[in-house]
Amino acid sequence: MLGVPAGTRYLLPKLLLIGAVLAVFAGGFAYAAGWLTPARLGQDAIVDSLEDNHGVVPGFRRAHAKGLCFIGSFAANGQGQALSRATAFAAGSVPVFGRFSTGVGRPDAPDGVVTFHSLALSLTTPDGQVWRMALDDTPIFPVADAAAFVALQAATTPDPATGKPDPKALGDYLAAHPETQAFLDYMRDSPIPSSFANGTYYSINAFRFTDAAGQTRFVRWRFEPEAPFAALDKATLATLPRDALFDEVIDRLAQGPLRWHLLLTPAEPGDPVDDATKAWPADRPSVEVGVLTIERAVLEDDGPCRDITFDPLILPDGIAASDDPLLAVRSGAYSVSFTRRAAEGPHPSALASDPAAKELKP
Amino acid sequence: MTPTAIPTRFSPLARLLHWVMALAILAMLFIGVGMVSTVSNLRTLLLDIHRPLGMLILVLAAIRLLVRLTHRPPPLPADLPGWQKAAAHLSHLLLYVLMIAQPLLGWGLLSAGGYPVVLFGAFHLFPLVPQDAALFALLRAAHGWVALLLFVTVLAHLGAALFHALVRRDGVFSSMASWRPGNGGSA
Repeated sequence: MLGVPAGTRYLLPKLLLIGAVLAVFAGGFAYAAGWLTPARLGQDAIVDSLEDNHGVVPGFRRAHAKGLCFIGSFAANGQGQALSRATAFAAGSVPVFGRFSTGVGRPDAPDGVVTFHSLALSLTTPDGQVWRMALDDTPIFPVADAAAFVALQAATTPDPATGKPDPKALGDYLAAHPETQAFLDYMRDSPIPSSFANGTYYSINAFRFTDAAGQTRFVRWRFEPEAPFAALDKATLATLPRDALFDEVIDRLAQGPLRWHLLLTPAEPGDPVDDATKAWPADRPSVEVGVLTIERAVLEDDGPCRDITFDPLILPDGIAASDDPLLAVRSGAYSVSFTRRAAEGPHPSALASDPAAKELKP
Repeated sequence: MTPTAIPTRFSPLARLLHWVMALAILAMLFIGVGMVSTVSNLRTLLLDIHRPLGMLILVLAAIRLLVRLTHRPPPLPADLPGWQKAAAHLSHLLLYVLMIAQPLLGWGLLSAGGYPVVLFGAFHLFPLVPQDAALFALLRAAHGWVALLLFVTVLAHLGAALFHALVRRDGVFSSMASWRPGNGGSA
């Protein structure tokens, strides 16, 4: 009935051997999956740390939850081809869409807080290649790697009793992470842009740019605004209306397009290309390679920026990741956040009920 | 009508495809489950291999299906218990279904998620399905479950193959593992 021939010798050892072979494969698979090593930081752990910090609002990004789509174009001037063979740098104009966001974890959070102002962009060239970027208005990031990111989320989780992080936990974290303290000092000492329109948006991480001759250089970039800078009054931040920043940029765009200049900064030997907590010297020369024009805003509910993810590793040929550990962390975290919110389904954005945004409804 | 020869081995092409794809599929399963378990820089490398390897498996699977439909495989031993014959046929059918479904699911989930389907360099595929977040969520979940199902089926297949090789010693293992040319057919 079992199909074992009569007189089979060494049956038990053979069955054990077969079992052992299968166990080795299964064990190897389990190891690869991380099931045997719970300490291994996976992409789920990154997003779990965000959800544990500020909760889950179904349907929304787990960070930079509050946002507004925009449509525009990018006009390259051809200068970028000295650094990269990416067709995005060939002279000419391509359509773009993107998203303004603040760094908050909940989509109904107020705009009058100290947080990132961010610009995400998706650029598609005529050959069908796609370049996605997720940029913040700071040249440095609070942490350099996954472990620190998770620890930072834990240390800044509000205590339900006080509504604020546990001072001891936060103090212990900062003592162990001078790079985060450096970032906090930067935020304290730097003015907050009064508008999405007058922020400078940085790549944070360096990327490998390879030119047509095959030479590779490490490059960071930034978008510099044409709109003149003005600062928010930090003392009265809490009095700002909930959607003040988004209302302000909706209003600006109703008056006319907004423009930024894309500047590429190649690293010089010795510049930290794998550490997003360290800025490069301010006097590094940059190359201006094109102009981003944002023409109109669209609510996330109706726009192209909600049902995709601005994974910074969606890159065209000619641009590739550096070894900065944060790139894989971001790509993985955005992937999990997208998967979770896609399963939760669409929910009305905070701006959908904002009277100032009603002009944007289709 | 000439009597058709009954093969004792799979055709050389079928055998080549089997072993190349066994390696590729096993590699893919480990790469796939590994790349979502880590946020180290290894993740980026594994992802960059995952997409083109997945498409290679799809192309090879299509060729293999054609070969399977046009070349008669060797029959299972007459004295093999009926339930084992049924299990063999069902598990092989399942393997074909899964090895074709899985890359299609991967291609589909990237398309539905609004990702470009980059294989290497500037070469990318067209979207297999329209962009749709709910469809993305469905396909992404299915891709994960099919991966586990495929792994379990591969393990069962491997265990059965070793059972034929070591315990029954009935020629089934060598029908796929043989180096000899031709399919050993005899009328």
